[in-house]
This record gives sequence, C-alpha cells and structure tokens, in this order.
Amino acid sequence: MVIKFQNNDKPVRITGAKDMPPMPAALGSMRQNKTGSWRNVRPVIDYDKCIKCFICWKFCPEPAIKIVDELPVIDYDYCKGCLMCAEECPKDAIGFEKEGK
Amino acid sequence: MRLTIPEHEIMTPGHLACQGCGGSLGMRYALKVFGKNTMLSIPACCWAVIDGPFPYTSVNVPLFHTAFETAAIMASGIKAGLMVQGKDTTNVIAWAGDGGTFDIGLQAISGAAERNDDITYIVYDNEAYMNTGIQRSSATPHGAWTTTTPVKHYKKGPKKNMVEIMAAHRIPYTATASVGYPEDFCKKLEKAKNTKGFKFLHLLAPCPTGWKYDPRYTIKLAKLAVQTNYFPLYEIIDGIHYKQTMKVKERKPIKEYLKYQGRFKHLHEDEVQFFQDFIDENYGILRTKLE
Ligand SMILES: Cc1ncc(C[n+]2csc(CCOP(=O)(O)OP(=O)(O)O)c2C)c(N)n1
Ligand code: SF4
Ligand code: SF4
Ligand code: SF4
Ligand SMILES: [Mg+2]
Repeated sequence: MVIKFQNNDKPVRITGAKDMPPMPAALGSMRQNKTGSWRNVRPVIDYDKCIKCFICWKFCPEPAIKIVDELPVIDYDYCKGCLMCAEECPKDAIGFEKEGK
Repeated sequence: MRLTIPEHEIMTPGHLACQGCGGSLGMRYALKVFGKNTMLSIPACCWAVIDGPFPYTSVNVPLFHTAFETAAIMASGIKAGLMVQGKDTTNVIAWAGDGGTFDIGLQAISGAAERNDDITYIVYDNEAYMNTGIQRSSATPHGAWTTTTPVKHYKKGPKKNMVEIMAAHRIPYTATASVGYPEDFCKKLEKAKNTKGFKFLHLLAPCPTGWKYDPRYTIKLAKLAVQTNYFPLYEIIDGIHYKQTMKVKERKPIKEYLKYQGRFKHLHEDEVQFFQDFIDENYGILRTKLE
C-alpha cells in the first residue's frame, strides 16, 4: 500500500479503517492549521521603504513571509504576529496595527 | 535578489510553536540545508508537539517520535536500518532539546558518539524543560529563574559544558551555533552533512515563553548571546582543533543580554557582576584553545 501524503492546506478526512495508514505515518500537512488566527498584531510592510534585503524573510520562524516577484510578502493565513520581522528590518519598513475582533 | 541562506523551504507554516520560537526557526534552517533526503529522530520536547498531531506534520520529511532519553540511539538505529537497505545517502538527524541532551539523553549520545555512528545530533538549547512548563535543566544558566528554581532559590552553578563533553569523544565535528546567525549555522550544517561519523551541533534557540521576553526580541537575544561572549560561535574538528567562526571585536556587557529577559529580572548588581566575571573567565579558557 502506498501512503499518500497531501501537502496542501486541506484537513485529512479519516472516515473509517480504510483511510488509515498501515503504520503510524503522517498523511497531511500542518498547512491546514491556519495560525494567522493566533495574531494580536498585524505586521504591515511599507514597500516604499523596503530595500528587498529579505532579512524579514530570513528570520520568520513560521515561515510566513514569501518571496513573490522579488518582494517579501506576508502570508496572513499563517503569520502569528511575533514582530521579529519588524524588529530586524534595517529600514523600519515593517509597521504594525492591532488586529481587529 | 541576493539571499544569504537557501531559498527553498521544507518546513511548512501552520506548526504549533509559540510566537517567536527560536527552536522552530532552527528547524527551518536545518531542513533547508539537509534537504528532503533526511530522516529525523525527535524525543519528547517542544518539537514533539510543534510538528503537529497525527495525522499531520510540518517538517515534510519522515519523523520518528521517540522516548525522552533516546534521540541518539534511535537515530543510530534508523541509520543502521537505512544502510542495510542500501540507502546510504539518507541523512539522519537526532533533534532534541537541552533536557533530552544534557540530562536524560546523555548516555545515549555518549554511546553513539563513542561508536562514531554516522548521524548528526542537533540540540536546540532553550535552557530549560520548556515543554513541561519551564523546569531547570543542566543547560540552565547560573542566575536564571525557572519554575523549579524560583527567585529565592534561583539556579546556582554554571551551565554544563556539553560541547567540551562531546569534543572529549574525539568526534569528527562539533560546533556551536545561534539562530541569530543563520549563515554561520547553515555553513556548519553543510559541514555536518558532508562529514562522515558523529556530528554534534549545539544551537542556542531563545524561547520567549520560558525566558520571559517579548517575542520580537528572539533574534536580538540570539545575537547578543554571541556578542557578549556568553555563547561564542566556534567549531572543533576531531575534538582538538578549535576554530572561532565569529570573532567578537569588543564584547558587550552581559547586562545588555540579561535586561530583556524576565528570568533574570531578580538579579542584583553584584550577581550580574558575578555572571560577567564567569563569562570572561570561561571565554579566557576557550581562547587558549583557539587556533
Ligand atoms: C522518561 C521521561 N521523563 C519525563 C518526561 C516528560 N517530559 C516530556 S518533555 C520534557 C522536557 C523536555 O525538555 P527539553 O529536552 O529541554 O526540550 P524542550 O521542551 O525544552 O524543547 C519532559 C520532562 C518524558 N516524556 N519521559
Ligand atoms: S527586512 Fe525590511 S527592507 Fe528588508 S526585505 Fe524585509 S521589509 Fe524590506
Ligand atoms: S510577525 Fe512573525 S510570524 Fe508574522 S511575518 Fe513577521 S516574523 Fe513572521
Ligand atoms: S516553549 Fe519555547 S521552545 Fe517551546 S515552542 Fe514555545 S517558544 Fe518554542
Ligand atoms: Mg529545553
């Protein structure tokens, strides 16, 4: 039997014994766990100040900063709001605002 | 675009580490360098939880959850099994906390190191048993508060020198690293990956939850630890050739490092001075060994 690993952000559905792997093994990715809901503060990148050094990308522990078209882009589905990126940005290009709700 | 560490990610977001966890950042770097052809042996520690509950994972490589004291021996066993199957090129990493390394896992590491088993042992050191609620370990520094060393009875005595213990086994590669200097850490990971035999990496991984600081300072503290000579970055080849990988021109006073952390808040001037003298003495001893 081949164990199918799903590297997407959908939860794994186990409906019965037939869906269980023959040995304890991961079937799915933690991407299904949207940790963005943990956030109290939301970091926001000011692209006018950004010099594309990617220090923020380098230090994000999730990682929740992607590189899109040579720019750092925060993925708010996963960003936990630790503000390490804001602290380390050499240009102070990352501000933050209180998360609503 | 110039990146100083590998771009591709193997670890995924969605994992369960606290905000600003140095240990999760360390794993991100380690997997970047070691790549997909890697297996992990992880004992009871924060990382056993961070990865996620069954049937999920965030590391995207096979991870064997094992008992608290067995990270090293389990990695040795996995490596032996892979060798029998002819999968000689698969890297095996034992990834454990300081409790699982300095304390209860010590005999298993010593055994694997003495046999020179072909594995890489990485301890992400957050200086206490964090997963079970911040109890002191033998990696907890002098002066620190933990729940088992409360303010009135703060931890007395120095942090165990695990690197020296490993070097005494004359293993091919031993190094210290800090999540604040990922380029240096990645170089060391690369060396470990390309060296046969037992490799030991001691990674300082600040923990906002246990050290009681604002999570935004994780990198700041990981750097200050090095800049104050509290945690010098060096490597040891074959247990005898010491080389400093990051030179500190003028060391900062330890006060700079302590002041951000609630776990040291109770220390008075003279106790901070004691800490400072201890660091300077320790660094002096290391300096005599550097080549
Ligand atoms: C034999 C045994 N004793 C105690 C425990 C409970 N336990 C689980 S994790 C842990 C602490 C781990 O500390 P450390 O290795 O430093 O990792 P951290 O949680 O700090 O990442 C303890 C005491 C256990 N799982 N097994
Ligand atoms: S650290 Fe700051 S300047 Fe550098 S890429 Fe990130 S936002 Fe831009
Ligand atoms: S706040 Fe923390 S989690 Fe969010 S993008 Fe910045 S470093 Fe990553
Ligand atoms: S307690 Fe510390 S080491 Fe454990 S997950 Fe939280 S920040 Fe990381
Ligand atoms: Mg620990």
